[in-house]
Amino acid sequence: MRIDAARGHIFPVTVVCIIIIVLWYLAAIPMNAVVTQPKIDAAGGGLYNTLLFSWNHERPVLPAPHQVAQEIWKTVFMVAPWKVKSLVYHLWITLSSTLVGFLLGTVLGVTLAIGIVHVGSLEKSLMPWIIASQTIPILAIAPMLIVVLGKTGLPDIFTKASISTYLCFFPVAIGMVKGLRSPDKLQLDLMQTYNASAAQVLWKLRFPAAMPFLFASLKVSVAIALTGAIVAELPTGAVSGIGARLLQGSYYGQTLQIWAALFVAAFAAATLVWLLGSFERMSWKRMGAKP
Amino acid sequence: MIKSMITFAVLLIAAIATYFGLARVAPLQGTYWFLSLIFVLLGWALAWAIGWVVDAVLAATDAPIKISNFLVPALFGVTIIVAWEYYVKGSHIPLVLLPAPTQIGAKFINSLPILGADFVQTILRAVIPGWLMGCGAGFLAALLCDRIDFLRRGLLPLGNLVSALPIVGVAPILVMWFGFDWPSKAAMVVVMTFFPTLINTLAGLNASGHMERDLMKCYGANWLTTLVKLRLPAAMPFIFNALKINSTLAMIGAIVAEFFGTPIVGMGFRMSTEVGSQGLDMVWSEILVAAITGSTFYGVLTLSERAVTFWHPSYRK
Repeated sequence: MRIDAARGHIFPVTVVCIIIIVLWYLAAIPMNAVVTQPKIDAAGGGLYNTLLFSWNHERPVLPAPHQVAQEIWKTVFMVAPWKVKSLVYHLWITLSSTLVGFLLGTVLGVTLAIGIVHVGSLEKSLMPWIIASQTIPILAIAPMLIVVLGKTGLPDIFTKASISTYLCFFPVAIGMVKGLRSPDKLQLDLMQTYNASAAQVLWKLRFPAAMPFLFASLKVSVAIALTGAIVAELPTGAVSGIGARLLQGSYYGQTLQIWAALFVAAFAAATLVWLLGSFERMSWKRMGAKP
Repeated sequence: MIKSMITFAVLLIAAIATYFGLARVAPLQGTYWFLSLIFVLLGWALAWAIGWVVDAVLAATDAPIKISNFLVPALFGVTIIVAWEYYVKGSHIPLVLLPAPTQIGAKFINSLPILGADFVQTILRAVIPGWLMGCGAGFLAALLCDRIDFLRRGLLPLGNLVSALPIVGVAPILVMWFGFDWPSKAAMVVVMTFFPTLINTLAGLNASGHMERDLMKCYGANWLTTLVKLRLPAAMPFIFNALKINSTLAMIGAIVAEFFGTPIVGMGFRMSTEVGSQGLDMVWSEILVAAITGSTFYGVLTLSERAVTFWHPSYRK
């Protein structure tokens, strides 16, 4: 079944990726013309010169894929990871606050969900505000919050993580409320016949039943936690982290630096989601699900 | 009942005592964040307790459930705002840290023209056109994917991947390409809203049951008729879900893009400059504008969803 699904996707995905890369190379020619046209003309024009200059300019408008790959190779593998020039160093700065925020947000979300499921008035007073809290574009005001929180003497990593926490708790809380309520009446009645306490119902029935919901929410929230951490690094003065790389790149016109930082961040996000996916499969196995 | 009453009384007294205790410790400086954390927790406990009592009273008098559903969260919010006001005033929190709600309100009313100009620049020029284009393009791409299965199998995994990526990072590139003014912000919104629409619409188009589709086939309906009469209506809950997600994403995209370069007007620009010049009341006024706009946007979408998908189980009486 799984192999079938894979066979159904790998070929089309590869084709679409190849098409994207080809389009990318083609687009680089007209988009870079602003900076490369004089050089092409000076070199005598022709197809060879056009391609040579369009795809190898130092500060291109749109860098060619191989240039981005080279830049990533240079900043990830050719520099010691603890140096400021290394992207691994910046990625670690961002990832650490992502993970702190993600953990805090998950704990907060799960706690809220447990409260909401067990106390009726908590649901009435909190639920509308939990939902309203997400209509505020928090990412947009994140840099301000960072500046303000920075004045309160909180350690740097926690101020950045607070944005990720705020973003994370919502999907987890909503998903867990749904999940903790997913056991049906019959199962809850059975627990009652066993004379199970509320805590026992929670641990032995509600929690296991909520696992699929929890993991679905965690995948969403880890992705937005990373986004939150990157945006939280944008306020002026940030010197390290993926967000700071993006900002510096944009100030100094270092297109390659921006693209490399973006791709590394994308790779990190995909890895985090994939990791959660494998934890999910492990939890299935622990709970005795047949593959 | 008595146990709950006692809990409530204890919570109330504890909250009031801590509040007055805290208000005396001014200025709070170094340990400020820790104390304020405790305060927030207690303020919340107080708000919750009030909500609980109101809920209990209303339940006892069997007033319509709608009233309590509205009153409890409203009271909760009012309590928080009042506590915030008195806390900031009482403990002389400096304006650069946290302005009081009344200060924010005064600033909001005094600077309506500026706020209006920022609203036009960010919301009317960037968010709404970008949102319309992004959602429209995502919808059309979904229809195309639905028609060409090869494209669907190729694009869907990529779309799922892209929606997990930190797309806001594209902002500096778009600012470089489309310039400092609103086109780059609108482009950012398009990029951010495209993939959620694509994925949700595709999921929605597969939401109609096999039986229903078979029935359409029996009627001799072609692809277009099936789409318009059966599959699009069935997809509407999913599409509205995407539109709602996108309403927030669009505002985030436009405002974040303004951090990377902007003319001297716009909500993101105003917030980042005012924070630099310590005008936190102005920043909060912009946040208020953003919150009102976001809630209105969301509310309008919810109402139109109710009108379009009146048949859905969650809206049936």
